[in-house]
Amino acid sequence: MKLAGRTWKFGADIDTDAIIPARYLNTSDPQELAGHCMEDADPSFPARVKPGDIIVAGKNFGCGSSREHAPIAIKAAGVSCVIAGTFARIFYRNAFNIGLPIFESYEAAAEISEGDEVEVEAATGRIINRTTGKTYTATPVPPFMQQIIAAGGLIRYVAEKVRKDV
Amino acid sequence: MPMTLTEKILAAHAGKEQVVPGELINARVDLVLGNDITAPVAIREFEKIGVKDVFDRDRVALVPDHFTPNKDIKSAEQSRLLREFAEKHDLPHYFEVGRMGIEHCLLPEQGLVGPGDLVIGADSHTCTYGALGAFSTGVGSTDLAAAMALGETWLKVPESLKFEFGGELGPWVGGKDLILHTIGDIGVDGALYRAMEFTGSAIEGLSMDGRLTMCNMAIEAGGKNGIIAPDGITREFVEGRCRRPYQFYESDVDAKYQKTYSYDASQIEPQVAFPHLPENSRPLSDVGNVEIDQVVIGSCTNGRMDDLRAAAKVLKGKKVHKNVRLIIFPGTQEISLQAMQEGLLQIFIEAGGAVSTPTCGPCLGGHMGILAGGERCVATTNRNFVGRMGHPESEVYLSNPAVAAASAILGRIAGPGEVD
Repeated sequence: MKLAGRTWKFGADIDTDAIIPARYLNTSDPQELAGHCMEDADPSFPARVKPGDIIVAGKNFGCGSSREHAPIAIKAAGVSCVIAGTFARIFYRNAFNIGLPIFESYEAAAEISEGDEVEVEAATGRIINRTTGKTYTATPVPPFMQQIIAAGGLIRYVAEKVRKDV
Repeated sequence: MPMTLTEKILAAHAGKEQVVPGELINARVDLVLGNDITAPVAIREFEKIGVKDVFDRDRVALVPDHFTPNKDIKSAEQSRLLREFAEKHDLPHYFEVGRMGIEHCLLPEQGLVGPGDLVIGADSHTCTYGALGAFSTGVGSTDLAAAMALGETWLKVPESLKFEFGGELGPWVGGKDLILHTIGDIGVDGALYRAMEFTGSAIEGLSMDGRLTMCNMAIEAGGKNGIIAPDGITREFVEGRCRRPYQFYESDVDAKYQKTYSYDASQIEPQVAFPHLPENSRPLSDVGNVEIDQVVIGSCTNGRMDDLRAAAKVLKGKKVHKNVRLIIFPGTQEISLQAMQEGLLQIFIEAGGAVSTPTCGPCLGGHMGILAGGERCVATTNRNFVGRMGHPESEVYLSNPAVAAASAILGRIAGPGEVD
Protein backbone atom coordinates (compact mmCIF):
# COMPACT_ATOMS: atom_id res chain seq x y z
CA MET A 1 0.00 0.00 0.00
CA LYS A 2 1.35 3.40 -0.98
CA LEU A 3 0.39 6.45 1.04
CA ALA A 4 0.97 9.77 -0.67
CA GLY A 5 0.05 13.38 -0.22
CA ARG A 6 0.93 16.90 0.79
CA THR A 7 2.31 17.37 4.30
CA TRP A 8 1.06 19.40 7.24
CA LYS A 9 3.82 20.16 9.72
CA PHE A 10 3.29 20.41 13.48
CA GLY A 11 5.67 20.74 16.43
CA ALA A 12 6.59 18.50 19.37
CA ASP A 13 4.21 17.18 22.07
CA ILE A 14 1.03 17.62 20.00
CA ASP A 15 -1.56 16.51 22.57
CA THR A 16 -4.91 14.84 22.06
CA ASP A 17 -6.73 18.06 23.00
CA ALA A 18 -5.03 19.70 20.01
CA ILE A 19 -5.94 16.76 17.76
CA ILE A 20 -9.59 16.73 18.86
CA PRO A 21 -10.65 19.10 21.66
CA ALA A 22 -12.66 17.44 24.44
CA ARG A 23 -15.54 19.86 23.87
CA TYR A 24 -16.42 17.82 20.76
CA LEU A 25 -16.30 14.43 22.46
CA ASN A 26 -20.02 14.31 23.12
CA THR A 27 -20.12 12.39 19.84
CA SER A 28 -18.06 9.57 18.40
CA ASP A 29 -19.24 10.09 14.81
CA PRO A 30 -16.04 10.02 12.70
CA GLN A 31 -17.17 12.66 10.19
CA GLU A 32 -18.28 15.06 12.90
CA LEU A 33 -14.96 14.59 14.71
CA ALA A 34 -13.07 15.13 11.44
CA GLY A 35 -14.73 18.54 11.15
CA HIS A 36 -12.77 19.68 14.22
CA CYS A 37 -9.53 17.74 13.68
CA MET A 38 -6.37 19.69 14.70
CA GLU A 39 -8.58 22.75 15.14
CA ASP A 40 -6.82 24.19 18.20
CA ALA A 41 -3.38 23.72 16.58
CA ASP A 42 -4.38 25.09 13.14
CA PRO A 43 -7.95 26.38 12.77
CA SER A 44 -7.71 26.14 8.95
CA PHE A 45 -6.88 22.40 8.99
CA PRO A 46 -10.38 20.85 8.89
CA ALA A 47 -11.45 22.94 5.91
CA ARG A 48 -8.22 22.65 3.92
CA VAL A 49 -7.07 19.08 4.53
CA LYS A 50 -7.29 16.89 1.40
CA PRO A 51 -7.59 13.10 1.07
CA GLY A 52 -4.14 11.54 1.21
CA ASP A 53 -2.50 14.43 3.09
CA ILE A 54 0.14 13.48 5.64
CA ILE A 55 0.66 14.90 9.13
CA VAL A 56 4.32 15.34 10.12
CA ALA A 57 5.15 16.20 13.73
CA GLY A 58 7.94 16.14 16.30
CA LYS A 59 8.36 13.91 19.33
CA ASN A 60 5.57 12.54 21.56
CA PHE A 61 2.69 12.99 19.09
CA GLY A 62 -0.70 12.23 20.66
CA CYS A 63 0.29 12.70 24.30
CA GLY A 64 -2.43 13.16 26.91
CA SER A 65 -5.80 11.50 26.84
CA SER A 66 -6.66 7.92 25.85
CA ARG A 67 -9.40 9.14 23.50
CA GLU A 68 -9.52 6.94 20.43
CA HIS A 69 -11.43 9.83 18.89
CA ALA A 70 -8.00 11.36 18.13
CA PRO A 71 -6.80 8.82 15.54
CA ILE A 72 -10.44 8.38 14.40
CA ALA A 73 -10.67 12.13 13.65
CA ILE A 74 -7.37 12.12 11.75
CA LYS A 75 -8.35 9.09 9.70
CA ALA A 76 -11.84 10.43 8.95
CA ALA A 77 -10.32 13.76 7.86
CA GLY A 78 -8.73 11.80 5.01
CA VAL A 79 -5.17 11.90 6.32
CA SER A 80 -3.34 8.89 4.89
CA CYS A 81 -0.73 8.56 7.65
CA VAL A 82 1.17 10.34 10.41
CA ILE A 83 4.95 10.60 10.55
CA ALA A 84 6.42 11.71 13.90
CA GLY A 85 9.64 11.59 15.88
CA THR A 86 7.91 9.44 18.49
CA PHE A 87 4.32 8.68 19.46
CA ALA A 88 2.78 8.71 22.94
CA ARG A 89 1.99 5.13 23.92
CA ILE A 90 -1.81 5.13 24.10
CA PHE A 91 -2.07 6.99 20.78
CA TYR A 92 0.34 4.44 19.28
CA ARG A 93 -1.87 1.50 20.32
CA ASN A 94 -5.04 3.28 19.28
CA ALA A 95 -3.72 4.13 15.81
CA PHE A 96 -2.93 0.47 15.08
CA ASN A 97 -6.20 -0.69 16.59
CA ILE A 98 -8.31 1.53 14.34
CA GLY A 99 -6.13 1.22 11.24
CA LEU A 100 -4.44 4.62 10.99
CA PRO A 101 -0.92 4.04 9.58
CA ILE A 102 1.79 5.77 11.65
CA PHE A 103 5.55 5.93 11.15
CA GLU A 104 8.35 6.88 13.54
CA SER A 105 11.36 8.69 12.12
CA TYR A 106 13.19 11.51 13.85
CA GLU A 107 15.03 12.45 10.65
CA ALA A 108 11.95 12.55 8.44
CA ALA A 109 10.03 14.46 11.08
CA ALA A 110 12.80 17.03 11.38
CA GLU A 111 13.62 17.48 7.69
CA ILE A 112 10.26 17.36 5.91
CA SER A 113 8.78 20.84 5.42
CA GLU A 114 5.14 21.89 5.36
CA GLY A 115 3.72 21.42 1.89
CA ASP A 116 6.27 18.83 0.70
CA GLU A 117 4.86 15.98 -1.39
CA VAL A 118 5.65 12.78 0.50
CA GLU A 119 5.08 9.09 -0.22
CA VAL A 120 5.32 6.21 2.24
CA GLU A 121 5.56 2.50 1.43
CA ALA A 122 3.59 1.01 4.31
CA ALA A 123 5.14 -2.47 4.12
CA THR A 124 8.75 -1.34 4.26
CA GLY A 125 8.38 1.93 6.18
CA ARG A 126 10.26 3.73 3.39
CA ILE A 127 9.47 7.47 3.41
CA ILE A 128 10.18 9.35 0.18
CA ASN A 129 10.10 13.13 0.05
CA ARG A 130 9.16 13.79 -3.61
CA THR A 131 9.86 17.50 -3.19
CA THR A 132 13.46 17.16 -1.99
CA GLY A 133 14.25 13.66 -3.25
CA LYS A 134 15.40 12.49 0.18
CA THR A 135 14.39 9.11 1.57
CA TYR A 136 14.11 7.84 5.14
CA THR A 137 13.35 4.54 6.84
CA ALA A 138 10.83 4.46 9.68
CA THR A 139 11.40 2.38 12.83
CA PRO A 140 10.17 -1.16 11.95
CA VAL A 141 6.71 -2.08 13.24
CA PRO A 142 6.90 -4.85 15.90
CA PRO A 143 5.83 -8.27 14.49
CA PHE A 144 2.79 -8.52 16.78
CA MET A 145 1.52 -5.16 15.52
CA GLN A 146 2.02 -6.42 11.97
CA GLN A 147 -0.27 -9.36 12.79
CA ILE A 148 -2.94 -6.92 13.98
CA ILE A 149 -2.57 -4.89 10.79
CA ALA A 150 -2.68 -8.05 8.65
CA ALA A 151 -5.87 -9.16 10.40
CA GLY A 152 -7.47 -5.79 9.63
CA GLY A 153 -7.32 -4.23 13.08
CA LEU A 154 -7.59 -5.49 16.66
CA ILE A 155 -11.31 -6.25 16.59
CA ARG A 156 -11.02 -8.56 13.59
CA TYR A 157 -7.95 -10.14 15.19
CA VAL A 158 -9.89 -10.79 18.41
CA ALA A 159 -13.01 -11.95 16.54
CA GLU A 160 -10.86 -14.49 14.68
CA LYS A 161 -9.33 -15.65 17.97
CA VAL A 162 -12.78 -16.02 19.56
CA ARG A 163 -14.02 -18.07 16.57
CA LYS A 164 -11.02 -20.41 16.81
CA ASP A 165 -11.50 -20.91 20.56
CA VAL A 166 -15.12 -21.94 20.19
CA MET B 1 16.31 -13.33 38.07
CA PRO B 2 15.46 -10.24 40.12
CA MET B 3 12.34 -8.35 39.07
CA THR B 4 10.68 -5.01 39.77
CA LEU B 5 7.25 -4.72 41.31
CA THR B 6 5.77 -3.96 37.88
CA GLU B 7 7.46 -6.99 36.30
CA LYS B 8 6.25 -9.30 39.09
CA ILE B 9 2.62 -8.26 38.65
CA LEU B 10 2.85 -8.64 34.86
CA ALA B 11 4.49 -12.07 35.18
CA ALA B 12 1.81 -13.27 37.60
CA HIS B 13 -0.95 -12.19 35.21
CA ALA B 14 0.76 -13.75 32.20
CA GLY B 15 1.14 -17.07 34.04
CA LYS B 16 4.92 -16.83 33.86
CA GLU B 17 7.75 -17.30 36.34
CA GLN B 18 9.37 -14.15 35.05
CA VAL B 19 9.18 -11.48 32.38
CA VAL B 20 11.80 -9.13 30.99
CA PRO B 21 11.44 -5.58 29.61
CA GLY B 22 10.54 -5.56 25.94
CA GLU B 23 8.74 -8.92 26.13
CA LEU B 24 5.20 -9.05 24.73
CA ILE B 25 2.73 -10.81 26.99
CA ASN B 26 -0.93 -11.70 27.01
CA ALA B 27 -2.05 -10.78 30.49
CA ARG B 28 -5.19 -11.59 32.43
CA VAL B 29 -7.00 -8.43 33.61
CA ASP B 30 -8.59 -8.09 37.06
CA LEU B 31 -10.78 -5.15 36.10
CA VAL B 32 -11.53 -3.09 33.01
CA LEU B 33 -12.98 0.41 33.02
CA GLY B 34 -14.76 2.74 30.64
CA ASN B 35 -16.44 6.14 30.89
CA ASP B 36 -19.09 8.12 29.01
CA ILE B 37 -16.59 9.28 26.35
CA THR B 38 -14.63 6.07 25.76
CA ALA B 39 -17.15 3.31 26.50
CA PRO B 40 -19.64 4.18 23.70
CA VAL B 41 -16.89 3.51 21.13
CA ALA B 42 -15.83 0.36 23.02
CA ILE B 43 -19.41 -0.96 23.15
CA ARG B 44 -19.77 -0.49 19.38
CA GLU B 45 -16.52 -2.41 18.79
CA PHE B 46 -17.40 -5.08 21.39
CA GLU B 47 -20.56 -5.86 19.49
CA LYS B 48 -18.53 -6.61 16.33
CA ILE B 49 -16.48 -9.32 18.06
CA GLY B 50 -19.22 -11.91 18.14
CA VAL B 51 -19.27 -12.86 21.83
CA LYS B 52 -22.54 -12.81 23.71
CA ASP B 53 -21.33 -11.64 27.10
CA VAL B 54 -18.51 -9.80 28.77
CA PHE B 55 -15.79 -12.08 30.20
CA ASP B 56 -16.90 -11.46 33.80
CA ARG B 57 -19.72 -9.12 34.77
CA ASP B 58 -18.07 -8.37 38.15
CA ARG B 59 -14.93 -7.12 36.47
CA VAL B 60 -16.28 -4.49 34.10
CA ALA B 61 -16.74 -1.01 35.59
CA LEU B 62 -18.62 1.71 33.72
CA VAL B 63 -18.54 5.22 35.16
CA PRO B 64 -20.32 8.03 33.32
CA ASP B 65 -18.36 10.97 34.78
CA HIS B 66 -16.99 13.21 32.04
CA PHE B 67 -20.02 15.10 30.74
CA THR B 68 -22.35 14.07 33.57
CA PRO B 69 -24.75 15.14 34.87
CA ASN B 70 -25.43 15.17 31.12
CA LYS B 71 -24.52 18.57 29.75
CA ASP B 72 -26.46 18.35 26.50
CA ILE B 73 -28.52 16.02 24.33
CA LYS B 74 -25.53 14.37 22.66
CA SER B 75 -23.93 13.59 26.03
CA ALA B 76 -27.22 12.20 27.27
CA GLU B 77 -27.28 9.83 24.29
CA GLN B 78 -23.70 8.69 25.07
CA SER B 79 -24.57 8.05 28.72
CA ARG B 80 -27.63 6.11 27.66
CA LEU B 81 -25.45 3.73 25.65
CA LEU B 82 -23.56 2.86 28.86
CA ARG B 83 -26.72 2.49 30.90
CA GLU B 84 -28.32 0.18 28.32
CA PHE B 85 -25.16 -1.91 27.97
CA ALA B 86 -24.91 -2.23 31.77
CA GLU B 87 -28.53 -3.33 31.94
CA LYS B 88 -28.22 -5.80 29.07
CA HIS B 89 -25.15 -7.45 30.60
CA ASP B 90 -26.35 -7.05 34.18
CA LEU B 91 -23.19 -5.22 35.25
CA PRO B 92 -23.10 -4.51 39.00
CA HIS B 93 -20.39 -1.84 38.70
CA TYR B 94 -22.24 0.74 36.65
CA PHE B 95 -22.38 3.97 38.63
CA GLU B 96 -25.30 6.31 38.05
CA VAL B 97 -25.35 10.06 38.79
CA GLY B 98 -26.01 10.47 42.49
CA ARG B 99 -24.22 7.20 43.31
CA MET B 100 -21.06 7.84 41.33
CA GLY B 101 -17.80 9.69 41.47
CA ILE B 102 -14.87 10.61 39.28
CA GLU B 103 -13.73 7.15 38.17
CA HIS B 104 -10.21 7.23 39.63
CA CYS B 105 -11.46 8.50 42.99
CA LEU B 106 -14.36 6.07 42.95
CA LEU B 107 -12.82 2.68 42.12
CA PRO B 108 -10.19 2.65 44.92
CA GLU B 109 -12.77 4.02 47.38
CA GLN B 110 -15.24 1.28 46.45
CA GLY B 111 -12.59 -1.42 46.88
CA LEU B 112 -12.78 -2.44 43.20
CA VAL B 113 -9.01 -2.28 42.74
CA GLY B 114 -6.38 -3.63 45.08
CA PRO B 115 -2.68 -4.36 45.49
CA GLY B 116 -1.24 -6.75 42.91
CA ASP B 117 -4.13 -6.20 40.47
CA LEU B 118 -3.72 -5.68 36.75
CA VAL B 119 -6.21 -3.07 35.57
CA ILE B 120 -6.74 -1.46 32.19
CA GLY B 121 -9.07 1.44 31.64
CA ALA B 122 -10.12 3.47 28.64
CA ASP B 123 -8.98 6.63 30.35
CA SER B 124 -5.40 7.81 30.45
CA HIS B 125 -5.44 8.44 34.21
CA THR B 126 -6.09 4.76 34.93
CA CYS B 127 -2.44 4.76 36.05
CA THR B 128 -3.74 6.20 39.37
CA TYR B 129 -4.18 2.75 40.97
CA GLY B 130 -0.43 2.17 41.03
CA ALA B 131 -0.65 3.95 44.38
CA LEU B 132 -2.18 0.74 45.77
CA GLY B 133 0.66 -1.39 44.41
CA ALA B 134 -1.31 -2.44 41.34
CA PHE B 135 -0.29 -2.37 37.68
CA SER B 136 -2.78 -0.16 35.92
CA THR B 137 -2.62 1.65 32.64
CA GLY B 138 -4.74 3.61 30.20
CA VAL B 139 -5.76 2.21 26.82
CA GLY B 140 -8.15 3.21 24.06
CA SER B 141 -11.70 2.08 23.41
CA THR B 142 -10.83 -0.77 21.06
CA ASP B 143 -8.41 -2.28 23.60
CA LEU B 144 -11.19 -1.98 26.19
CA ALA B 145 -13.60 -3.77 23.84
CA ALA B 146 -11.14 -6.63 23.30
CA ALA B 147 -10.48 -6.96 27.04
CA MET B 148 -14.23 -6.93 27.84
CA ALA B 149 -14.57 -9.91 25.52
CA LEU B 150 -11.42 -11.86 26.38
CA GLY B 151 -10.54 -10.91 29.95
CA GLU B 152 -7.01 -10.39 28.79
CA THR B 153 -4.92 -7.83 26.98
CA TRP B 154 -1.54 -7.72 25.24
CA LEU B 155 1.15 -5.65 26.89
CA LYS B 156 4.79 -4.94 26.32
CA VAL B 157 6.72 -5.29 29.57
CA PRO B 158 8.07 -1.78 30.21
CA GLU B 159 11.53 -0.77 31.36
CA SER B 160 11.34 0.66 34.88
CA LEU B 161 12.54 4.03 36.10
CA LYS B 162 13.08 4.54 39.81
CA PHE B 163 12.31 7.87 41.49
CA GLU B 164 13.70 8.12 45.02
CA PHE B 165 12.46 10.90 47.24
CA GLY B 166 14.66 11.20 50.33
CA GLY B 167 14.03 13.55 53.23
CA GLU B 168 10.66 14.77 54.44
CA LEU B 169 8.04 16.98 52.85
CA GLY B 170 8.01 20.68 53.74
CA PRO B 171 4.87 22.57 54.81
CA TRP B 172 2.07 22.67 52.20
CA VAL B 173 4.01 20.27 49.97
CA GLY B 174 2.33 17.05 48.85
CA GLY B 175 2.15 14.38 46.18
CA LYS B 176 1.14 16.96 43.56
CA ASP B 177 4.32 18.92 44.11
CA LEU B 178 6.54 15.84 43.96
CA ILE B 179 5.03 14.72 40.67
CA LEU B 180 5.02 18.20 39.09
CA HIS B 181 8.65 18.61 40.11
CA THR B 182 9.46 15.21 38.58
CA ILE B 183 7.68 15.99 35.30
CA GLY B 184 9.45 19.35 35.22
CA ASP B 185 12.74 17.48 35.55
CA ILE B 186 12.22 14.68 33.02
CA GLY B 187 9.72 16.28 30.61
CA VAL B 188 6.33 15.22 29.25
CA ASP B 189 7.90 12.25 27.46
CA GLY B 190 10.62 11.59 30.03
CA ALA B 191 9.05 8.26 30.99
CA LEU B 192 7.57 7.37 27.58
CA TYR B 193 6.54 3.67 27.48
CA ARG B 194 8.14 3.08 30.90
CA ALA B 195 7.11 2.22 34.45
CA MET B 196 7.65 4.95 37.05
CA GLU B 197 8.31 3.50 40.49
CA PHE B 198 8.23 5.97 43.37
CA THR B 199 10.21 5.17 46.53
CA GLY B 200 12.02 6.79 49.43
CA SER B 201 11.27 8.16 52.87
CA ALA B 202 9.03 10.96 51.56
CA ILE B 203 6.85 8.43 49.74
CA GLU B 204 6.71 6.14 52.79
CA GLY B 205 5.40 9.15 54.76
CA LEU B 206 2.86 10.11 52.09
CA SER B 207 -0.85 9.43 52.68
CA MET B 208 -2.81 7.22 50.28
CA ASP B 209 -4.49 10.33 48.86
CA GLY B 210 -1.08 11.85 48.12
CA ARG B 211 0.12 8.62 46.53
CA LEU B 212 -2.95 8.44 44.30
CA THR B 213 -2.22 12.01 43.14
CA MET B 214 1.36 11.08 42.23
CA CYS B 215 0.55 7.91 40.30
CA ASN B 216 -2.36 9.69 38.60
CA MET B 217 0.05 11.98 36.78
CA ALA B 218 2.55 9.33 35.60
CA ILE B 219 0.88 9.62 32.19
CA GLU B 220 1.84 13.31 32.08
CA ALA B 221 5.46 12.16 31.82
CA GLY B 222 4.43 9.66 29.14
CA GLY B 223 4.65 6.76 31.63
CA LYS B 224 2.88 3.46 31.09
CA ASN B 225 2.22 3.15 34.79
CA GLY B 226 3.16 4.75 38.09
CA ILE B 227 3.61 2.45 41.05
CA ILE B 228 4.38 2.49 44.77
CA ALA B 229 5.24 -0.61 46.79
CA PRO B 230 2.39 -1.43 49.17
CA ASP B 231 3.10 -0.94 52.89
CA GLY B 232 1.29 -0.29 56.18
CA ILE B 233 -0.51 2.75 54.74
CA THR B 234 -1.72 0.60 51.85
CA ARG B 235 -2.84 -2.15 54.21
CA GLU B 236 -4.80 0.31 56.30
CA PHE B 237 -6.53 1.62 53.17
CA VAL B 238 -7.45 -1.72 51.61
CA GLU B 239 -8.36 -3.78 54.69
CA GLY B 240 -12.09 -4.23 54.92
CA ARG B 241 -12.48 -2.29 51.67
CA CYS B 242 -11.14 -4.50 48.88
CA ARG B 243 -13.79 -6.81 47.49
CA ARG B 244 -11.33 -9.32 46.03
CA PRO B 245 -8.24 -11.04 47.50
CA TYR B 246 -5.15 -8.93 46.96
CA GLN B 247 -1.44 -9.50 47.00
CA PHE B 248 1.48 -7.31 48.07
CA TYR B 249 4.46 -7.36 45.74
CA GLU B 250 7.74 -5.52 46.15
CA SER B 251 10.73 -4.99 43.91
CA ASP B 252 13.74 -7.19 44.50
CA VAL B 253 16.67 -5.26 45.95
CA ASP B 254 18.76 -6.05 42.89
CA ALA B 255 15.97 -5.45 40.35
CA LYS B 256 17.07 -3.65 37.19
CA TYR B 257 16.08 -0.05 36.51
CA GLN B 258 16.85 1.74 33.29
CA LYS B 259 17.62 4.83 35.36
CA THR B 260 17.32 6.07 38.93
CA TYR B 261 16.46 9.65 39.79
CA SER B 262 17.10 10.92 43.33
CA TYR B 263 15.48 13.96 44.85
CA ASP B 264 15.65 15.57 48.28
CA ALA B 265 11.97 16.09 49.08
CA SER B 266 12.76 18.63 51.79
CA GLN B 267 14.13 20.94 49.06
CA ILE B 268 10.96 20.77 46.93
CA GLU B 269 8.63 23.78 47.24
CA PRO B 270 4.99 23.82 46.20
CA GLN B 271 5.06 23.72 42.39
CA VAL B 272 3.10 25.57 39.73
CA ALA B 273 3.04 24.27 36.13
CA PHE B 274 2.72 27.12 33.65
CA PRO B 275 0.85 26.88 30.33
CA HIS B 276 0.79 24.85 28.18
CA LEU B 277 2.53 21.68 29.39
CA PRO B 278 2.77 20.00 32.81
CA GLU B 279 6.58 20.00 32.38
CA ASN B 280 6.60 23.82 32.74
CA SER B 281 6.63 23.51 36.51
CA ARG B 282 8.49 25.91 38.72
CA PRO B 283 8.79 26.51 42.46
CA LEU B 284 6.14 28.83 43.88
CA SER B 285 8.84 31.38 44.79
CA ASP B 286 9.63 31.78 41.05
CA VAL B 287 6.06 32.40 39.92
CA GLY B 288 5.91 36.21 40.07
CA ASN B 289 2.67 38.15 39.79
CA VAL B 290 0.07 36.16 37.84
CA GLU B 291 -3.48 37.49 38.20
CA ILE B 292 -6.25 34.94 37.78
CA ASP B 293 -9.96 34.67 36.96
CA GLN B 294 -10.88 31.19 38.17
CA VAL B 295 -9.75 28.47 40.55
CA VAL B 296 -10.77 24.82 40.22
CA ILE B 297 -10.16 22.43 43.13
CA GLY B 298 -10.96 18.76 42.57
CA SER B 299 -10.60 16.14 39.77
CA CYS B 300 -9.17 12.61 39.72
CA THR B 301 -5.84 14.20 40.63
CA ASN B 302 -6.82 16.25 43.71
CA GLY B 303 -10.46 15.61 44.58
CA ARG B 304 -9.98 13.49 47.72
CA MET B 305 -10.38 14.21 51.43
CA ASP B 306 -6.76 15.28 52.06
CA ASP B 307 -7.10 17.74 49.18
CA LEU B 308 -10.36 19.24 50.42
CA ARG B 309 -9.01 19.46 53.98
CA ALA B 310 -5.91 21.34 52.78
CA ALA B 311 -8.05 23.77 50.77
CA ALA B 312 -10.46 24.29 53.68
CA LYS B 313 -7.60 24.96 56.09
CA VAL B 314 -6.52 27.87 53.89
CA LEU B 315 -10.04 29.13 53.11
CA LYS B 316 -11.48 28.95 56.62
CA GLY B 317 -12.84 32.37 57.60
CA LYS B 318 -11.55 33.94 54.37
CA LYS B 319 -13.30 35.29 51.28
CA VAL B 320 -12.65 34.50 47.65
CA HIS B 321 -11.20 37.52 45.80
CA LYS B 322 -13.86 39.61 44.04
CA ASN B 323 -12.38 38.91 40.59
CA VAL B 324 -12.19 35.14 41.06
CA ARG B 325 -14.67 32.28 40.64
CA LEU B 326 -13.80 29.37 42.92
CA ILE B 327 -15.31 26.01 41.93
CA ILE B 328 -14.83 22.89 44.06
CA PHE B 329 -15.45 19.33 42.86
CA PRO B 330 -15.33 16.59 45.48
CA GLY B 331 -14.24 13.33 43.82
CA THR B 332 -17.15 11.10 44.86
CA GLN B 333 -20.49 11.20 46.62
CA GLU B 334 -18.86 9.63 49.68
CA ILE B 335 -16.19 12.35 49.71
CA SER B 336 -18.91 15.02 49.40
CA LEU B 337 -20.70 13.52 52.36
CA GLN B 338 -17.56 13.28 54.46
CA ALA B 339 -16.63 16.87 53.56
CA MET B 340 -20.09 17.94 54.62
CA GLN B 341 -19.81 16.11 57.96
CA GLU B 342 -16.42 17.71 58.62
CA GLY B 343 -17.82 21.18 57.86
CA LEU B 344 -15.58 21.68 54.84
CA LEU B 345 -18.42 22.41 52.42
CA GLN B 346 -19.65 25.13 54.76
CA ILE B 347 -16.17 26.70 54.77
CA PHE B 348 -16.10 26.67 50.96
CA ILE B 349 -19.56 28.14 50.58
CA GLU B 350 -19.05 30.80 53.26
CA ALA B 351 -15.82 31.79 51.51
CA GLY B 352 -17.81 32.39 48.31
CA GLY B 353 -16.95 29.20 46.46
CA ALA B 354 -19.27 27.04 44.35
CA VAL B 355 -19.46 23.37 45.30
CA SER B 356 -20.37 20.87 42.57
CA THR B 357 -21.47 17.28 42.30
CA PRO B 358 -18.58 14.99 41.22
CA THR B 359 -17.73 15.34 37.51
CA CYS B 360 -14.66 15.58 35.28
CA GLY B 361 -16.45 18.55 33.62
CA PRO B 362 -14.14 21.54 33.93
CA CYS B 363 -10.83 19.63 33.88
CA LEU B 364 -11.21 18.74 30.21
CA GLY B 365 -13.17 21.80 29.18
CA GLY B 366 -16.37 19.79 29.07
CA HIS B 367 -18.74 21.85 31.19
CA MET B 368 -19.17 23.41 34.65
CA GLY B 369 -16.43 26.05 34.48
CA ILE B 370 -15.28 26.75 30.90
CA LEU B 371 -12.78 29.59 30.38
CA ALA B 372 -13.24 32.53 28.01
CA GLY B 373 -10.46 33.78 25.73
CA GLY B 374 -7.61 35.34 27.73
CA GLU B 375 -8.83 34.01 31.09
CA ARG B 376 -6.45 32.40 33.53
CA CYS B 377 -7.24 29.54 35.89
CA VAL B 378 -5.34 27.89 38.72
CA ALA B 379 -6.42 24.24 38.78
CA THR B 380 -5.55 21.21 40.87
CA THR B 381 -6.16 19.11 37.75
CA ASN B 382 -3.56 17.34 35.61
CA ARG B 383 -3.28 19.02 32.21
CA ASN B 384 -2.72 22.59 31.06
CA PHE B 385 -2.67 21.99 27.30
CA VAL B 386 -3.84 24.68 24.86
CA GLY B 387 -7.65 24.92 25.13
CA ARG B 388 -7.80 22.26 27.84
CA MET B 389 -10.36 24.13 29.95
CA GLY B 390 -12.05 26.13 27.22
CA HIS B 391 -10.97 28.85 24.79
CA PRO B 392 -7.69 28.10 22.97
CA GLU B 393 -6.39 31.44 24.27
CA SER B 394 -7.17 30.69 27.92
CA GLU B 395 -4.45 29.59 30.34
CA VAL B 396 -4.31 26.86 33.00
CA TYR B 397 -1.78 26.78 35.85
CA LEU B 398 -1.53 23.50 37.74
CA SER B 399 -0.94 23.46 41.50
CA ASN B 400 -1.77 21.66 44.74
CA PRO B 401 -5.06 22.42 46.56
CA ALA B 402 -3.52 24.70 49.23
CA VAL B 403 -1.89 26.92 46.61
CA ALA B 404 -5.13 26.94 44.60
CA ALA B 405 -7.09 28.01 47.70
CA ALA B 406 -4.61 30.77 48.58
CA SER B 407 -4.70 31.98 44.97
CA ALA B 408 -8.51 32.14 45.09
CA ILE B 409 -8.30 34.43 48.12
CA LEU B 410 -5.60 36.73 46.76
CA GLY B 411 -6.68 36.85 43.11
CA ARG B 412 -3.20 35.90 41.94
CA ILE B 413 -1.07 32.78 42.16
CA ALA B 414 0.00 32.67 45.80
CA GLY B 415 1.08 30.32 48.57
CA PRO B 416 -0.87 29.62 51.77
CA GLY B 417 1.84 31.48 53.70
CA GLU B 418 0.75 34.74 52.02
CA VAL B 419 -2.82 34.52 53.29
CA ASP B 420 -3.64 36.40 56.57
